[in-house]
Amino acid sequence: MTSPLEQKKIKITGPSVVTANRTIDGAVIYRTTAKDWSTDLAHAAIVRAADEARTLLAESVADDVGAVGAYIAPVEVTDGKIAPGNLREQIRRSGVTITLLPAIGLPVQA
Amino acid sequence: MYAYDEIDRTLVNERVAEFRDQVKRRLSGELTEDEFKMLRLQNGVYLQLHAYMFRVAIPYGTLSSRQLRALAHVARRYDRGYGHFTTRQNIQFNWIKLKDLPDALGDLADVGIHAMQTSGNNTRNVTSDQWAGVAPGEIEDPRIWAELMRQYTTLHPEFSFLPRKFKIAITASQHDRAAIKIHDVGLRLHKNADGETGFEVLVGGGLGRTPFIAKTVKPFVAGRDILSYLEAIMRVYNQYGRRDNIYKARIKILVHELGIEKFAAEVDEEWRQMKSDALLIDDDVVEDIRSRFFYPSYEKLPHNPEELKRAAGDPKFEAWRKNSTFAHKTSGYSIVTISLKPVGAPPGDATAEQMDALADLADKYSFGEIRVGHEQNLALPHVARRDLPALWKALDKIGLATPNVNLVSDIIACPGLDYCSLANARSIPIAQELTRRFANHDTANLVGRLHINISGCINACGHHHVGHIGILGVEKNGEEFYQITIGGRADENAELGALIGPAVPYGEVADVVEDIVEAYLALRHNPDELFIDTVKRLGVEPFRERVYATR
Amino acid sequence: MPLVKGGQIITDAFAHVADDAELPVEGAVLVTAKRFLQDPDAILARPGKAGVIWPNSRDVDDLVPHLGRLAVVALVFPTFRDGRAYSQARLLRERFAWRGELRATGQVLRDQFVFMLRAGFDSFEVKKQADAEAFAQTVKRYSVFYQPTGDGRITALHRRMQLRHSESAGL
Repeated sequence: MTSPLEQKKIKITGPSVVTANRTIDGAVIYRTTAKDWSTDLAHAAIVRAADEARTLLAESVADDVGAVGAYIAPVEVTDGKIAPGNLREQIRRSGVTITLLPAIGLPVQA
Repeated sequence: MYAYDEIDRTLVNERVAEFRDQVKRRLSGELTEDEFKMLRLQNGVYLQLHAYMFRVAIPYGTLSSRQLRALAHVARRYDRGYGHFTTRQNIQFNWIKLKDLPDALGDLADVGIHAMQTSGNNTRNVTSDQWAGVAPGEIEDPRIWAELMRQYTTLHPEFSFLPRKFKIAITASQHDRAAIKIHDVGLRLHKNADGETGFEVLVGGGLGRTPFIAKTVKPFVAGRDILSYLEAIMRVYNQYGRRDNIYKARIKILVHELGIEKFAAEVDEEWRQMKSDALLIDDDVVEDIRSRFFYPSYEKLPHNPEELKRAAGDPKFEAWRKNSTFAHKTSGYSIVTISLKPVGAPPGDATAEQMDALADLADKYSFGEIRVGHEQNLALPHVARRDLPALWKALDKIGLATPNVNLVSDIIACPGLDYCSLANARSIPIAQELTRRFANHDTANLVGRLHINISGCINACGHHHVGHIGILGVEKNGEEFYQITIGGRADENAELGALIGPAVPYGEVADVVEDIVEAYLALRHNPDELFIDTVKRLGVEPFRERVYATR
Repeated sequence: MPLVKGGQIITDAFAHVADDAELPVEGAVLVTAKRFLQDPDAILARPGKAGVIWPNSRDVDDLVPHLGRLAVVALVFPTFRDGRAYSQARLLRERFAWRGELRATGQVLRDQFVFMLRAGFDSFEVKKQADAEAFAQTVKRYSVFYQPTGDGRITALHRRMQLRHSESAGL
């Protein structure tokens, strides 16, 4: 989970997607095949080679107004279903792995 | 608290208006992200894994109850109902939307709270001792000087685009609760042999990839000269700090590469050439700032009032009193530390409800004032001892009375991979598991004072280098591993911890910490010898042996 | 790239002359420090005014001896995040009493105009037309300034002192 913000060269070791955060609210988004963004990983465009990835990333980065910090992230594809390819991407998609205060149900003043 | 005047209010409001305009231009495309990023950082707006993160300044860790309620309001209205107190006396909100930020800033500006320069390559929140103004034996209130420096460094036209961030901390007590030795500039307020008030100035402390303990650049700078001296330091840094490599751009690197003597000479040369008296701080100026700080009118109260005597029979209350209350400079009063480290919870977090409730308690029992410490706990600085039993009952109801202050489960942790885009590994679940392992207060008390610091990456926001036990998350082949150090400390005897062995996987960290604690209990000279002193006496080896014997 | 001076977009009176180009016989010229230092007298002997573009990685000390005969000093922001020229500007204005035109060049953007003015710049090679047009409006963003620079604006601390004194004087 070394920060992909430190990625210099594009290295693809398997199926990958381009992901970013939506400028207006920071939501996690994935680049789709329709030259658009989706908050649903299921709609993400999958690339499998470095030059494909480079093209998709360049096109994503060009949308400077809509998205911030685009980078290439690994995924796992099983029976056509896309899943995050590492813990970092899992956390980005599903949220924090910890129990938060309100959920812990600490007593608060009524 | 420092009361804003018209001038302070105007500045904050002008800043909010400017940021509103900048956000508008970003969303319309007039500003690219490359042009906008540094501007939003200068207003405390980061991009994290899930969302933007908003870091709000709590200057020198002091809040009024009204201000705390405003933070609760922001958590509730613009975020997910909680906030996180940081190792630099700031508060962070993790789910904020860019489009809401100008409004959130506007709401905070109404109560004199801002987010200026809580990020970016500028001067950050000037931090201090959370017991400033109430600690016994303090030279004088360091917050007066911290406020002077806050104003001096805010939107400074020459120093808003430094090579890298710049952090200043001030202490005015023998025991350094502000960790000045791990700051870019550390200031120790004291009186010289002639009784003049001034500062020992230290420079070049910092953690991260290349940790350094700060060195003394000048043993005494008179109070009236401190701003001009600071300007000299910053001008030398602005001009000669490295700009080619962000990992070598902090002032600690410049000090290391030049050597402290040469660095001091450069500063002195610049200082000597600054002819103008414009930065001289005369007594009038100090008095003006001091006059706008709030100091309570304390009553003459007994040290051992009836209420305390009666409550002494309650073991739960006594456990809390002995752990979380501390001597106040005024007899009959206590400083109360509010632990934000309940068992199983993320360290340093508080819900909006807790913040509101605490604000009410501050009004009732602490002259409306709350403090924030760098170890991610809060404090009520002026509590009459006769009110301790009633206060404790109320805190206990809202989950703010865990009697683990300074103990093994009072853990300092960065947000880690659960939140932060720079992280390699998670830190909070490690902290949570450790609080569960050491949930038994008798055990924790048996172990005694023990500071665990956890960082999810080498940027060291959890200050792991200076933890009695330090835990650093790293990545090995896509798995989370942790390097463990022992023997670090952040106070006046600041030292960096030493590695005890190879990194261990996520699932074993809590076991390793238990082994370290067990080793300490077996090796300590007597029950009064603190963990940190046992490590000093025996070194790392006996701990390494025990931990790695079966690994 | 529009040049802003006195709050307005103006025509640049100075010709930027490349290092390997011949100096025009007359007219105002702006040359690099490298070229200037090779033969300052030759440049200063010309009938037209001269200005120097000084890099931000070099102390202004070597420029100081020539200030008396220059009309413009241009400083550089290679990116807006590189703030070395702010120090250079203050030194030129406040320590070396430079009274000629002090020009900001490089990546000069709207959101740094106030800082630049405070540091002593009085002309700006602005990157974006829209920013240049917004100059006069932008510099009104702030009316309060905490710390003193050479720009003559009263600082917050001193304004407070004034208010205190006028209060105690019963004014």
